Amino acid sequence: MTLYERRKMKNRLALAASSVAALIGLFWLLAILGTLLVNGVSSLSWQLFTDSTPPPGNTGGLLNAIYGSVVMSFFGILFGTPVGILAGTYLAEYGKSNPLASLIRFVNDILLSAPSIIIGLFVYELMVVPMGHFSAWAGTVALALIVVPVVLRTTEDMLNLVPDSLREAAAGLGAPKWQVVGHVVYRAARSGIVTGILLSIARVSGETAPLLFTALNNQFWSANMNTPMANLPVVIFQFALSPYEDWRKLAWAGALLITVTILVLNISARLLTSRSSARQ
Amino acid sequence: MDRPSEAPGAATTQFRGISLASPRVMDPASLTEKISIKSLDFYYGSHKTLKDISLSIYDRRVTAFIGPSGCGKSTLLRVLNRMYDLYPGQRADGTVLLDGQDILSPKQDINLLRARIGMVFQRPTPFPMSIFDNVAFGMRLYERLSQSEIEGRVEEALKGAALWTEVKEKLNQSGLSLSGGQQQRLCIARAIAVRPSVLLLDEPASALDPISTAKIEELIDSLQSQYTIAIVTHNMQQAARVSDFTAFLLMGELVEFSRTEDIFTKPSDPRTEAYVTGRFG
Amino acid sequence: MSQQTETLALHPEIQTRIQKQRGLDKAFRYVTLSAALLVLVILGGVIISLVEGSLPALKKFGFDFLTTERWNPVTEVFGARAAIYGTLMTSAIAMIVGIPVSFGIAIFLTELAPEWLKRPIGIAIELLAGIPSIIYGIWGLFVLAPFLQSNIQPLIIAVFADVPGLSSFFAGPPYGIGIFTAGLILGIMVLPFITSVTRDVFETVPALLKESAYGLGATTWEVVWQIVIPYTRVGLVGGVMLGLGRALGETMAVTFVIGNAHRISPSILAPGTTISASIANEFTEAVGEIYTSALVALGLLLFVITFTVLAMAKVMLIRMQRSAGTRT
Repeated sequence: MTLYERRKMKNRLALAASSVAALIGLFWLLAILGTLLVNGVSSLSWQLFTDSTPPPGNTGGLLNAIYGSVVMSFFGILFGTPVGILAGTYLAEYGKSNPLASLIRFVNDILLSAPSIIIGLFVYELMVVPMGHFSAWAGTVALALIVVPVVLRTTEDMLNLVPDSLREAAAGLGAPKWQVVGHVVYRAARSGIVTGILLSIARVSGETAPLLFTALNNQFWSANMNTPMANLPVVIFQFALSPYEDWRKLAWAGALLITVTILVLNISARLLTSRSSARQ
Repeated sequence: MDRPSEAPGAATTQFRGISLASPRVMDPASLTEKISIKSLDFYYGSHKTLKDISLSIYDRRVTAFIGPSGCGKSTLLRVLNRMYDLYPGQRADGTVLLDGQDILSPKQDINLLRARIGMVFQRPTPFPMSIFDNVAFGMRLYERLSQSEIEGRVEEALKGAALWTEVKEKLNQSGLSLSGGQQQRLCIARAIAVRPSVLLLDEPASALDPISTAKIEELIDSLQSQYTIAIVTHNMQQAARVSDFTAFLLMGELVEFSRTEDIFTKPSDPRTEAYVTGRFG
Repeated sequence: MSQQTETLALHPEIQTRIQKQRGLDKAFRYVTLSAALLVLVILGGVIISLVEGSLPALKKFGFDFLTTERWNPVTEVFGARAAIYGTLMTSAIAMIVGIPVSFGIAIFLTELAPEWLKRPIGIAIELLAGIPSIIYGIWGLFVLAPFLQSNIQPLIIAVFADVPGLSSFFAGPPYGIGIFTAGLILGIMVLPFITSVTRDVFETVPALLKESAYGLGATTWEVVWQIVIPYTRVGLVGGVMLGLGRALGETMAVTFVIGNAHRISPSILAPGTTISASIANEFTEAVGEIYTSALVALGLLLFVITFTVLAMAKVMLIRMQRSAGTRT
């Protein structure tokens, strides 16, 4: 074999290997979604949405867990989003070249990937210990703390995409900075910021670790934010590891609900950004 | 071009194929100074980009800044409304008087200054809101106006920018839906809606096609009876067509400043002559 | 016209408006600044609460906490050694599985895939990143673990049974769950993270540089191996560290399949535990100050490890961006 043929051979082998790698990556996605669909769909029923979680050996639904997840995610987003947007605004509009902003950016990027169970421990020490009991509010705060870095990061990125000429044009009319940002820059970055919020909803709706010892779980229907509250991820965790067939089925159904929600959120976030970038 | 000339019947002067604006009374002694720039230096960090510039911008006349790219003509324009203040590390030294007040003074309220000096940029910068709101944006900042006053002023500004007939049926559509040339006239309308006394135009036609450019030039011509205008352009024909006075800058220095006619017909500096005759730049 | 603005400027109403606008400007700045500072407050709060919560355990066990393997809630003797071992071992397996596959996907996406295939595959990989870890966990427990138990692990045990030195490392019985399975799940989980960073840094290589190599007659693989990878080395390490940070701290996916056994078994097929899995499994059941405190101390340990790894990853990616910025 000539040198050239050897090189070509090596090239083909290496490229084949990387194509196989891509196939493997896709295979996992399909494998996970596939089993989830098969197991989840077979466990779906109307009862899921009408009954609360059952005692062992009985049939039941996930109503209380769905409610808890929705309510805690809602308040978590409600508290976390404004902080994230404002903080991202500071970094993008005032913090282009100051050391404090760089530090905050750095810490935020770390919080973004830091293990969420740490946030759970933090909120446990912060709220559960002083209050003396687990509560939905503690779960909400934990979720809010997860939302902040996600929204902050996307907000900063999106504001940075707004051309400076737009800021200059508004400032050139005599608009003070808060109006430049509030009335012009936010509008220009609106779809991007909404994307960030959608992504953060997707992120918190599957978070389990921060809720384990903040909101805990509750087998019964509860709308009291001061008491432990059921939520989908923790229910899935407990039911999946249980020996009861009915519980395991509910765990699969819950997993399917969460995954579908998250995929829908992620895909709509993607559509939103691609459409707005196409328009410009 | 059909020009609303102020001196009907005046002969159009020709200089090496460039037609010049009709001569008007241009004796500096009989004109009022609107802006007076004295020994102005400008720094990007430690890099000095404007060196000891002194010149006068006369009331209700068009002054053009010309020169090769990087000569500092845009920087000079951005000093006049302190746009550079948005960016840390940029600094101006010297004196710039607007109606006798030093605008470089730290006491000067920048936002109010910018409300008095309108600016239009190289590329159209419509805000992501309706045509109406674009024009109304600036006037709402410092004046308390009733809805009917606002509507009146929006119409007046759009008429002033020769855009009214094209958009009056669709004031609620997004400003982004207009064509490039219309967007630029919208930006001019937005600037004059605030009723500034000075208009700064930073290569306002550089991103436009020839027909839109002609419209913008006509517009400048009709605006000069009401506003003091400073325009940056890389297009010498444009400077010759629209301006009364011309400043030629080279590498941060003011090489020559005089009546446009003089700059193009009898430049006193050989570098000016080389530039206006197209030998460099 | 100019007279009009002049008088406007002196008008008292304008003056109060200016004052008001200045006040609002200042308020806006301070509101956004305090929101940004909250990020630092969160970090500070996390550190303080973890340190405070772990003090009782750290006082009692001192440095031994790190080296003791025993974890006995009854006698209240707690050591983190098994959890540390499990965390490092599962992450190591995850990296061994994840890095080559991620790099392969990234090479495929940047150099090989036709335009129409790039987007869908890229999107699929990013969707994989959005799937919450609990889904990986339940899938690992009900699908992957039984499959490994009945098909793969017996094979591994048989193959290595007679290899000296490795036989105990891959010794039976095939539990299905354990360190190996957890590492495998983690490897799948970090795929999207490493892939997306890798793809991004590959795309910072100037086209001119690659074209000059192709111009000399290099094959695609030679361009990747000799131009793209050396050029992006720092960024690649950053991306890998980012994935490692995720793997070290990942909780739910591991908790499902690790087996929660506080011991260091010579075989990686045996059950074990990780720092995060111990906390997730035991925290709500922990009774007594020392038990709880020992778990918080584990959390502190995890925080220190992941923070260090993620900070290093971040620094490398920033360096990468800077050099890419100056070179292009």
